Amino acid sequence: MRKNYDKWISSGTPFVWLNAGAVAISILMVAGVLGVLVVKGMANFWPADVLHADYQPPAENGQIIVSKILGESVDSEAVLGSQIISSGIPVSDAQDFYTRQLIKRGNRDVSGADFAWVLSDFIYEASYPQKVVTIERREWGNFYGFLMNLFEDDISLIGSGEATSPQADLWYEFTNRIERAVRIQDDIDKIEKEGIDEVNYDLERLRLLERKFEIDNELDSVKIRSLADERARLDRVYSGLQEELSDLYLEVGRDRAVFLTADGVEKSIQLSDVVRAYRANSLNIFEKLLIYFSKISEFLTDDPREANTEGGIFPAIFGTVMMVLLMSVFVTPFGVVAAVYLREYAKQGTVTNIIRVAVNNLAGVPSIVYGVFGLGFFIYIVGGGIDQFFYSEALPAPTFGTPGLLWASLTLALLTVPVVIVSTEEGLARIPRSVREGSLALGATKFETLWRVVLPMASPAMMTGLILAVARAAGEVAPLMLVGVVKLAPSLPVDGNYPYLHLDQQFMHLGFHIYDVGFQSPNIEAARPLVFATALLLVIVIAVLNVTAVSIRNRLREKFKSLDV
Amino acid sequence: MNQSNLRDRKISRKIRYLKDKVASVGIAVGGISVIVAILLIFFYLLYEVQPLFASAEVSEPTAYQLTNVSESPPLHLAIEEQSELAVRLNSSGVVVFFKLADGSEVSRFEIELPSEAAVTSFALDSEESGVFALGLDSGQVVIARYAYEISFSGASNARSINPRIEYPFGKDPYEFKDIGSIAVLGLRTNRDSLVIAASDGAEKFGLLRATKETNLFSAFETGGDEEFEIEQAYATSSLADLEQIYIDGDQLWAYFVTKGGYARLIELKGAFESNEPVFSVESQLTEAGVNPTDIEFLLGGVSLLVADDSGQIAQWFLIQRNEEVKLEKIRQFNSSYVALREITSEQRRKNFITLDLEGNVGIYNTTSHSASFEGRLASPEAHSLAVSPRGDSLLIESTGGNFQRLDIKNDHPEVSWSALWSRVWYEGYSEPEYIWQSSAATNEFEPKYSLSPLAFGTLKAAVYAMLMAAPLAVCGAIFTGYFMAAPMRRQVKPLIELMQALPTVVLGFLAGLWLAPFIEKNLLGVFSIFFILPVCILGASFVWTVLPGRIRHSLPDGWEAGLLIPVILIFSYLSFELSSPIENMFFDGDLRFWITNELGISYDQRNAMVVGIAMGFAVIPTIFSIAEDAIFTVPRHLTYGSLALGATPWQSLYRVVLPTASPGIFSALMIGMGRAVGETMIVLMATGNTPIMDASIFEGMRTLAANIAVEIPESEVDSTHYRILFLAALVLFLFTFAVNTIAEVVRQQLRGKYSTI
Repeated sequence: MRKNYDKWISSGTPFVWLNAGAVAISILMVAGVLGVLVVKGMANFWPADVLHADYQPPAENGQIIVSKILGESVDSEAVLGSQIISSGIPVSDAQDFYTRQLIKRGNRDVSGADFAWVLSDFIYEASYPQKVVTIERREWGNFYGFLMNLFEDDISLIGSGEATSPQADLWYEFTNRIERAVRIQDDIDKIEKEGIDEVNYDLERLRLLERKFEIDNELDSVKIRSLADERARLDRVYSGLQEELSDLYLEVGRDRAVFLTADGVEKSIQLSDVVRAYRANSLNIFEKLLIYFSKISEFLTDDPREANTEGGIFPAIFGTVMMVLLMSVFVTPFGVVAAVYLREYAKQGTVTNIIRVAVNNLAGVPSIVYGVFGLGFFIYIVGGGIDQFFYSEALPAPTFGTPGLLWASLTLALLTVPVVIVSTEEGLARIPRSVREGSLALGATKFETLWRVVLPMASPAMMTGLILAVARAAGEVAPLMLVGVVKLAPSLPVDGNYPYLHLDQQFMHLGFHIYDVGFQSPNIEAARPLVFATALLLVIVIAVLNVTAVSIRNRLREKFKSLDV
Repeated sequence: MNQSNLRDRKISRKIRYLKDKVASVGIAVGGISVIVAILLIFFYLLYEVQPLFASAEVSEPTAYQLTNVSESPPLHLAIEEQSELAVRLNSSGVVVFFKLADGSEVSRFEIELPSEAAVTSFALDSEESGVFALGLDSGQVVIARYAYEISFSGASNARSINPRIEYPFGKDPYEFKDIGSIAVLGLRTNRDSLVIAASDGAEKFGLLRATKETNLFSAFETGGDEEFEIEQAYATSSLADLEQIYIDGDQLWAYFVTKGGYARLIELKGAFESNEPVFSVESQLTEAGVNPTDIEFLLGGVSLLVADDSGQIAQWFLIQRNEEVKLEKIRQFNSSYVALREITSEQRRKNFITLDLEGNVGIYNTTSHSASFEGRLASPEAHSLAVSPRGDSLLIESTGGNFQRLDIKNDHPEVSWSALWSRVWYEGYSEPEYIWQSSAATNEFEPKYSLSPLAFGTLKAAVYAMLMAAPLAVCGAIFTGYFMAAPMRRQVKPLIELMQALPTVVLGFLAGLWLAPFIEKNLLGVFSIFFILPVCILGASFVWTVLPGRIRHSLPDGWEAGLLIPVILIFSYLSFELSSPIENMFFDGDLRFWITNELGISYDQRNAMVVGIAMGFAVIPTIFSIAEDAIFTVPRHLTYGSLALGATPWQSLYRVVLPTASPGIFSALMIGMGRAVGETMIVLMATGNTPIMDASIFEGMRTLAANIAVEIPESEVDSTHYRILFLAALVLFLFTFAVNTIAEVVRQQLRGKYSTI
């Protein structure tokens, strides 16, 4: 043993193993973070079973208070007995630890708080009744209850002949009517979002046009009349849409259902408020999967509801993509030209060394500093200047002198340009000299060689750089908080109104969405699952981008390895 | 045919040549623009920051004479909000409003005094309110105010300001029954109450408090006289040489100051309750032989500014230390050796302006303890001065009704190098402190712009992150770059690089919402892991060496890391599981509560440990990949040589590889440090963002970067606050610039060295 020990020490093995341990810990940490994200992010959409039970915790002076639990159990943890006692529940102190469960019981409009901690030891008669209905509503969050009755224009459907055997058919009727309500609601959304938005936009444009004429002293009677005509036309369109809308509202408000909550309170719910309803306990695995995927697709394609804590994140995805695309337009030429200069044109020496130091410094400058620069320089100086010259009719309301898509893209382009430069330079360095010399020997100018031979060969490297830049930009939040993101944008930066792409608009962003919903939301329990899902989505997008970039780079290296020989 | 063909080709060659030239110029411009970009960022930040340290600019004076005003110095001189009108109150109660620009008279009022009474004393509430009191020889006090009505008229919406005199506390004079002629007077009002202190200058003084009756229905009443509830208290005392009485902004204390600068204070609340005013705090405001010439409250009515005949101004305020209230001298300004004549305080900032017997004017700020301007602006005959509410114009009156108007540009007086970085004694604090508190609800707030707590927080976060990241990343890089089997390395490197791509907002979110509660609950487990893991790794290594060779040789060298993964998993799990019984035995069941209750250490859920782990996680890949590159690219023949001479792999690593690669590892650590210093989202989300100076691992911090992110959207463009945030950005920029440049230079040297080996 002693010999073993000496040998072990003198060979240096312990140090080698400690180093190996560092690698192993790092790997485990990455895996752990990804694991937490996947588990917490994916679980959100699963239609969980609904627990129904009596809850009877011990109370002061031996009173017995029984309350009903109806909801999804979302979390559980062990708590010290003494802590529970100090919080006012006189449990026995013989037991060190108690398990408590977080129950999502919904019904915020009925009972106030939609989450409650309960001690598992005092739950009695737990069951999972088949008939419990989970309703996702447009407002007030989830509702859990038992379907009692359905009304059409305030006439009960039970016993009116349409639903003969009460329960089964009532549910069938209910789901059908929800489908109808959702369809009508979609129409309403469409009119509100597209029709009315468009009219408002046109009206605002007319106002600005008039103001512009006024400033330029060109407002004569002809123009006044044509403006008035146009305004009257828009008003007519508007009132037409309004009529259509009020009809639809009447239609959608036709049905309502009455539910019984766990506490025996009757609650009437308009079907127009319902997004989705299912009886989780009676679903089989396939039906659950169906709902699971429909929820995921809602998450990816819908607008957020309830102060971003429910619904989808489509505007955030769209905003991120738009910003990143616009950024690519700025960053690619700039980065590639700089790399070409460094590798192909400049004489290697002091200047190129300084540029390389500058590039590395640009990469190392904290992102928030770019945000500050973007805010002060792009928005207040450049944007303010543009407003003075081109949008004076809208002043004092700023057009470009305020955070927006264009400035966010420019700021991030500046932030990511080192990534493109470094990657492109590496690609250019891998192209063998002989290729360039061949082209030059055939009489091509330097630029022709670059344009026809070198750049096409280096294009995968540029692609790699661009993808890495996009991945970096997609995950960056700090500078965006200063130069353009908002928690809730009223409309997308691209729509059907001229000039279709609104560079001056603020937009939503996945990363900022995580920060905002996770840390600024009043109802954090309700928002947390959605934030995990959003974080998972962001990580997946960025991981896919990175893996793509790396694989392109590797393939490129392989290709030029064969050329070298 | 041939000819034209030749010409065509000539032209085409020319075009090609031209294109080539244009392209090379364009590309060179593109390349150079990288430098331009970084210079632009630097100079733009500098451009925004520079005005902070500029001193005040004072324009050439405009002089005019006001005829028809009394020869004697006015009781009060003031300027209205828009700097359009000025007002002069003389000792017979006549108020003259005149244009500030040229001195033309606008209107003239007489304060309504009881018949046959003469003005014997004057007291100003504060420059901000414009309320003043006139003490009469009949023992009465009249309170009035300058008021301005702004109206817009005409097609061009021209602004006109109509001045008038208002009586906010009623036209009827307040009467001090026991005092014959009021020789000395003090006044302080707020929205619905006023306190007057009056004395006959010999031995009697009286205090009077009037409070508006709050009536539930008063909101519906229009017009009519308001009712006041009046309390009075009288006392006699030896009041020889009493010069002036001052009452502080909260109406808590009355300061009785004698000619020699001796101050005695009465606590007003007690005085009115017991009806027996007594002097409780006493202090000598000036040095022996020096007399105060003018005393004023600074904005907010907390600090007393005492100007004296030796040319010094001292700031005093009451502080409470060990249950004892004391009037303490906070700081002193030396203007000149000439006696000061007048002092006046600004209405928006903690600025004050002095005028001395030679006509020298000084503009000072108490927070920054500095002069923004000192210079001779007036003749020795100058006796009164007024500053506009916005602090942008100054009016000086000399004998004979001669006036001088000056424009001042003094945007950031509250900033000085020492106010930003060293301890400052702020109003209401018992000692100088480092505080960052940029905004508050009231106008009178003293902004506290100390960057020290933020810089400290930044370094604290970075240090904790480096404590976590440096050992893991460097050791990991050593193993991966030198020992690890090639197939495993091909898997591990991309994985760690993927770690680099994880958005920091996701890490911050996990740290704040998942890790912080987790650590709070498993504090002992987390601590024990730091000790258990190294021990169990060493244990595993020893066990592995004593295993029979058959098993050992089944795994080739360089796979140790893979072998350790299950070991680490098992022991981490165990340390969490076993920590709870240990906590039960030694720490009353919960270490976190034990720390607070037994050790008295405060514990934030989002603390430095959470930040250290999360930001360490973000920094590990940066350090790892650069350090790994440095180690991996050490020429192989060096190690082969060492191994051939009989060194063990560890010895050749330690003696050959590491010394060669150490500049690379150093530069990796520098770049990692730079990243940790500038990281925003993780600190923003994983700490409480309180700007405290406390190195405790259980407390949070606020960093420069997070502070910018939180505050810049709300700060007003070009305000002092805005520019200081730019200064914070500039500090970050310069720090990372220095760190990165050093790292890059070291790396370039290293590259040169490798190419020679």
